[in-house]
Amino acid sequence: MIHLENVNKTYQGAQPLHVLKGINLDIDEGEFVSIMGASGSGKSTLLNILGILDNYDSGLYELAGVRIWNLSETKAAEYRNHMIGFIFQSFNLISFKNAVENVELPLFYQGVSRKKRHALALEYLDRLGLKDWATHYPNELSGGQRQRVAIARALITKPKIILADEPTGALDSKTSVEVMQLLKQLNQDEHITQIIVTHDPVVAEQTNRIIRIKDGVIE
Amino acid sequence: MELLNEIWQTAQRNKLRTTLTGFAVAWGIFMLIVLLGAGNGLLNATLKRSGDILTNSMEVYGGRTSKPYNGLNEGRWINLNTGDLTTTNSEFKKNVDEVGACYSTSATVTYGEEYMSMNITGVYPIHIKIDKRDMLYGRFINEIDLREKRKVIVLSNNQAKELAPKDYKTLIGKYVKVGSFAFKVVGIYKSRDDGESSAFSAYSTIKGIYGANTENLGSIEFTFHGLTTEKANDDFEKNYRRRLNANHQAHPDDESSFWLWNGYTQSLQMEQGITIIRTFLWIVGLFTLLSGVVGVSNIMLITVKERTHEFGIRKAIGAKPWSVLKLIITESVIITTFFGYIGMVIGVAANEYMDATLGHSVTDTGLFKATLFVDPTVGLDVCFEATMVMVVAGTLAGLIPAFKASRIRPIEALRAD
Repeated sequence: MIHLENVNKTYQGAQPLHVLKGINLDIDEGEFVSIMGASGSGKSTLLNILGILDNYDSGLYELAGVRIWNLSETKAAEYRNHMIGFIFQSFNLISFKNAVENVELPLFYQGVSRKKRHALALEYLDRLGLKDWATHYPNELSGGQRQRVAIARALITKPKIILADEPTGALDSKTSVEVMQLLKQLNQDEHITQIIVTHDPVVAEQTNRIIRIKDGVIE
Repeated sequence: MELLNEIWQTAQRNKLRTTLTGFAVAWGIFMLIVLLGAGNGLLNATLKRSGDILTNSMEVYGGRTSKPYNGLNEGRWINLNTGDLTTTNSEFKKNVDEVGACYSTSATVTYGEEYMSMNITGVYPIHIKIDKRDMLYGRFINEIDLREKRKVIVLSNNQAKELAPKDYKTLIGKYVKVGSFAFKVVGIYKSRDDGESSAFSAYSTIKGIYGANTENLGSIEFTFHGLTTEKANDDFEKNYRRRLNANHQAHPDDESSFWLWNGYTQSLQMEQGITIIRTFLWIVGLFTLLSGVVGVSNIMLITVKERTHEFGIRKAIGAKPWSVLKLIITESVIITTFFGYIGMVIGVAANEYMDATLGHSVTDTGLFKATLFVDPTVGLDVCFEATMVMVVAGTLAGLIPAFKASRIRPIEALRAD
């Protein structure tokens, strides 16, 4: 599903920073993987590259057999929309949209009709146990509920992979466990490929494979 | 349709921002339209007043000498006489067309039980062309009246109403008593807003009855042609004064022995005044519009900045740069158009209100009565143009930050906040 070959990334600046120093990585379909590393190890950069949010300088990145290289913003947006579901640490829900509208949004950009995407969004919220909260705004939801809305939003386009950046980082330990349980279940029941970036060993242990990154290389 | 829904949602959930933007736009348009309306009212009133008198005409009155000449002291009163009329008629043929004279008197006019004291001016037929009047019924004084010294009278509708309150137009063809003479009413003209009105009769009649024992001719009026520049007018006036001064043994350069009223130079001055008002209106209007545009772009700038994080989310989940740009621009256009329209409607309503109140009130300056505002409104085309300018300018101003927002990389946008 994911194939990385000697991927390099340097942040240009007054002091050029070589963040990724030749990453080689293969992740198969249906895998439940975590990427671990200290802050500054390059794990977030790697996730951004995997999520086509950022470019890399050299090497090869193939996602579901498609080479990701030098894409236009428009093309990148299209790939993100169809192939990748994001889960962020700070949820990144749009504050003036209610739960169901937030979940609908990726389908809006696919041009799905209003009625259809609304029904689908409700269905996903139902599956995550949030049906009764569909018309609530993010500030009326708890952290765990917000993250579940974000998960529903990531799932609704049936992406090839789910990328989660510290999905439990802003949650208390009890909710963290619940969210991880949910992600694990999604992997088991629906074989959704998931990559979770974390620095929390408890979270990493839940996954089937741990990739450790240190100083821009995989250990 | 989907886009509109999206915008409606955003506007609804961000009421303060939407209201502020809307207020800036609506206020700008409103101010502009009210301002232009008031300016137009002023212009129209000025134009209307200047339209009352024929441009190519002059009126001449007697005055008082200001220079001693030929052994005669200054401060001598000078009256126009028949010699001056002949001079005007025969020696300035190059420019002067038709010459007339006016002689005024006041008399009590009686019709049945009703009577009123009024000013009666004996005139030549040319008078109605110079001092423009609208005839409501009947006719004005004509050549035959003048030649035969007919006792005819033309009343203003206000005077006619006083004399025959029930149905004043029945006065036509009837006789009224002017002093002890019976005059036939041949016409009724429309009084001006300023209320000043005189009855008219033939010059020869009035002069014959009321001014037979005096040399004083009254005043001279004439139409002219071929004086198209200010200099030509000045030269003509100088020449004319010199010639009349010679008739009365006054100093050739004495400028106060006669009083000249030149419709052309008056209208030139009026035009200059109008040009100044117009320019002023344009400048103030443009600045008002500009301040509106600045307000809109300011809010657009802040809006886009405030929403950078939101755009980051949208881009991360698949919004293309173009869809972000489209969202911002459509939103700005819709909001500015909507509120611009509201401002326009309120502005037009305010103008109509101004028209209904100030437009009909007559200001009494003591010397004369005048309407300050006439039709203080703005053409709908101007209203729409102004609104369009505001919408386009607001959008253009929003375009730069919008374009920036659409180009920003999603990770950077997500980091913002």
